[in-house]
Amino acid sequence: MTAVVPTPAAEKPVEPPPKERRPRRNLTPWILLLPGLLWLVVFFLVPILTSVSASVQQGDYDDGFKLTWHWANYVDAVTKFGPQYLHSGLYSLLCTVLCLLLGYPVAYFIAFKGGRWKSLLMALVIVPSFTSFLIRTIAWKTILADNSPLVRLLGDLHVLKLTTALGWTVGDHVLASPAAVVCGMVYNFLPFTILPLYTSLEKIDPRLHEAGHDLYCNTFTTWRRITLPLSMPGVIGGTLLTFIPAVGDYINAQLLGNPNTGVVGQKIEDLFLRNTQGYPVGSAISVVMMVGTLVLVMSYIRKAGTEDLI
Amino acid sequence: MSSNDVLGRTEGGDLRLVGLTKRYGSFTAVDDLNLTVPQGSFFALLGASGCGKTTTLRMVSGLEEPTVGQIFLGDEDVTDRKPYRRPVNTVFQNYALFPHLDIYENVAFGLRRRGVRDVRKPVEEMLDLVELGHVAKRKPHQLSGGQQQRIALARALINQPQVLLLDEPLGALDLKLRRQMQIELKRIQLEVGLTFVHVTHDQEEAMTMADTIAVMNAGRIEQMGSPAQLYENPRTTFVANFLGQSNLIPGTVEGVTGGTATISAHGQRLTLDAARCPVSSGLVILGVRPEKVQIATCDAEVPSGHNKLTGGVVLDTSFIGVSTQYLVKLPSGEELSVFEQNTGRPIQRPGAEVTVFWDPGQGFGLEGGQDIEAGADVEEDAA
Repeated sequence: MTAVVPTPAAEKPVEPPPKERRPRRNLTPWILLLPGLLWLVVFFLVPILTSVSASVQQGDYDDGFKLTWHWANYVDAVTKFGPQYLHSGLYSLLCTVLCLLLGYPVAYFIAFKGGRWKSLLMALVIVPSFTSFLIRTIAWKTILADNSPLVRLLGDLHVLKLTTALGWTVGDHVLASPAAVVCGMVYNFLPFTILPLYTSLEKIDPRLHEAGHDLYCNTFTTWRRITLPLSMPGVIGGTLLTFIPAVGDYINAQLLGNPNTGVVGQKIEDLFLRNTQGYPVGSAISVVMMVGTLVLVMSYIRKAGTEDLI
Repeated sequence: MSSNDVLGRTEGGDLRLVGLTKRYGSFTAVDDLNLTVPQGSFFALLGASGCGKTTTLRMVSGLEEPTVGQIFLGDEDVTDRKPYRRPVNTVFQNYALFPHLDIYENVAFGLRRRGVRDVRKPVEEMLDLVELGHVAKRKPHQLSGGQQQRIALARALINQPQVLLLDEPLGALDLKLRRQMQIELKRIQLEVGLTFVHVTHDQEEAMTMADTIAVMNAGRIEQMGSPAQLYENPRTTFVANFLGQSNLIPGTVEGVTGGTATISAHGQRLTLDAARCPVSSGLVILGVRPEKVQIATCDAEVPSGHNKLTGGVVLDTSFIGVSTQYLVKLPSGEELSVFEQNTGRPIQRPGAEVTVFWDPGQGFGLEGGQDIEAGADVEEDAA
């Protein structure tokens, strides 16, 4: 043997240096942080405070709004928009679950079977995002149009009868239905699920799969006992990155939905831009949505036990 | 143990490889391997990287499918069985411990997958065997390389496989720890009495632990035997050079009389045990290990009956404490290594004229016409 390879972890703890020196103060990190902090203050903190403040004001565009601590705005915000909250929650949840179900196999395949095509395949996942969000969503109008091959096929297979009975499509149409909204959302947010999943799957040593096979796991058990737990950071990251923007999204509902698929975002837009007195209640809804999402996400992270995984 | 349990383990289960071949495209990694590993033995597959030893191991574990050939465990043909249906476990080169499970669960993994309910006792026993009971609650990354290695061993051993496969298990450890683990592995093997098949490129590691060594080269077994057999009687120049060092001197057999073969090499007459000479006439390579060669000043007496080569000049002298290593240049231009144990004899300086000699009974003969350098440098490449 010629080379002596050092062990990665030394057996003995390293002795502290005999003389302790006072650490030198270093301002560089703070200076580097400054632009980012400024950005956050101006474009995040100030708008949030303005929203919170606006949510307890009263008035209209002509006379101006005054801070009157009018908490009744919140009563309106919570009680008057039941269907919109329901739709936002339901669509975004469904979108997240579908993205996970569709995205996990894709990420798995690219990470473990992609070989030298890995980068190209990942690029293909991202490339559609180079087109504008709006245009991509409008494109779905064509895909889901009544005379499109897809919709005709679904009609011929009598799938539409079933989905219409369940209330997800309307008659023979897919467009302007809850199903269309969810389709558009899944399509638009899928890369946000795949990317974190791929990152965490790609980090898994394929030799762990071999170790699993060696220790009596078939392919499914290997996935269940080894791959899945190790990819949980990706699952959590991916679902959060999908759910959070999805719950606030209203473009898909606007372009692919119908008057009965209204989501909270549409209502907020409506109150802000088309109602002379809507500003305070719109702000209150925004605050409710933010707090609601925050609570949901926090409890989700706590339940999933990410501190141990990330 | 019943004679045939869930995993098909049978008693008297020798591992037999019959005509095993693995080809990747036009490259033959393992070439028509025939091998029997007796139950309970410590068997080493020794060879440089790329010689097919790891591929052989992976075919036994089921992680690789043979192109041709069969694998038997006892009387059972396991060639087509999935890896998770074979009574065989592997200690992987980089341990492949499950990073999301603690040490206890890593060790318990195999038992749990087989549906064993009460894992506490066997896991604790196994952790005691590798002397790591105190780290049960830690995660693999919190352990040192040596500890991880022992956990990988425990994780495989707890399943009481019919054959335990070790793929360069000590490769990532430093020299001192490796020595320690060699002794440890041997102790554990004797204690549990399972068949160990150990793949390594480190000849010292193989010789320290194994009962039987198979030296592999280019997908074939070059020679197989106990460490002493291989060392004392290598059959090819590859084995002679790969397993320790050898001085190889090409010559011609002059004749065989009364159990002694007479060989002429560079105009000098040398002798060899006829039993250790593979040819009775023609080209031969005479080999002798450096530590069996003695060195003396050119005017000194050489014991009668010894092989003697005169007119050498010391090229290099390295004093390493327990011994002194000389490189002696012969008049023929050949260089000979000599290891002399430090018994207080005077050290020959470079440039000194010397005579080298050895007991003819300590030499070995190889068939002539082979590449004298075969296997000499491969170890460096592999390490």
